[in-house]
Amino acid sequence: MHIPDGYLSPSTCLTLGGVMLPVWYRASAVVKKHLDVAQIPFMAMGAVFAFLIMMFNVPIPDGTTAHAVGGVLIAIALGPWTAVIAVSVALLIQALVFGDGGILAFGANAFNMACILPFTGYYTYKLLVGKALPGSTRSLVAAAVGGYVGINLAALVAAVEFGIQPLLFVAADGTPLYSPYGLGVAIPAMMTAHLLVAGFVEGAVTAFVLKYVWKSSPELVRPVNEIAVGGK
Amino acid sequence: MRRYWIGLLVLAILTPLGSLAEGTAWGEWGADELTTMFGYIPQGIEKAGSWWTAVCPDYSMSFLGAGKMADKAGYFLSAVLGSGLIYTVTLLYGKFLRRTKSQSVFGQKG
Repeated sequence: MHIPDGYLSPSTCLTLGGVMLPVWYRASAVVKKHLDVAQIPFMAMGAVFAFLIMMFNVPIPDGTTAHAVGGVLIAIALGPWTAVIAVSVALLIQALVFGDGGILAFGANAFNMACILPFTGYYTYKLLVGKALPGSTRSLVAAAVGGYVGINLAALVAAVEFGIQPLLFVAADGTPLYSPYGLGVAIPAMMTAHLLVAGFVEGAVTAFVLKYVWKSSPELVRPVNEIAVGGK
Repeated sequence: MRRYWIGLLVLAILTPLGSLAEGTAWGEWGADELTTMFGYIPQGIEKAGSWWTAVCPDYSMSFLGAGKMADKAGYFLSAVLGSGLIYTVTLLYGKFLRRTKSQSVFGQKG
């Protein structure tokens, strides 16, 4: 899901980067206000976990590969705004040092994997968990479903970003300027990979790690308040 | 804390398994693959192809040379290098945010 440079038009990249600026600003404000100082190493380890889990490419029946992101796990453990920061740092290093995901496309990749993914996954979890306690069977099922939903919505948004390129940007000779496949190809391809394979990996990883950390560090693993910021 | 580090280390050691899957992620094709698929490289992709050179492209370490073992070792070393960088940057950013917070508590705004 790491969109390389050149696949999205500069205007698409700028738009999504522009959307991310206030998201990063607010994420920093929430972390600054609510994240306990003892939780900072946890946030950093969450970022490392996301980076490492993204290195596990799993084969897709159509001959491509995909991977989990780990962002829903961070969102449920430490709050979605914390996940924005942690996953964004991982994506930044991936782009700069390893050429995984573009530099211009960093805002787009952050929008998909560090914003859509943790927020939709987190709120799916919140919706399903009800009043069940962290660590209960219901909370683990809710976390797994959150992981599945989060990564699939992120993949869908990425597919739309890919798919609108040939509709909007065509060279003088009629060939696409950027990503060449339209929505009719991009959406089925991205969704096959994530609905059939990567979604289950994300869901399993989310529930498995949460089961462990909720048991080991219940005092540290709690989401920072995502609403109270600004309300003092 | 230590057990989490052990967990992350085990994950890093296992990362070469994550490079076994054949094929490229959808939408992340290189120039060769695009030429095979379409017979041309879209102009925007061709232009963007060369303007940024990553230190360790595709999680490889050039000093290890070529070959399957070098690829696996490079992938693992990239996991370690990336983990170190990401941990440091996230930790420092978190601490930076905390520092600006404690200043504002003492009324030193701006």
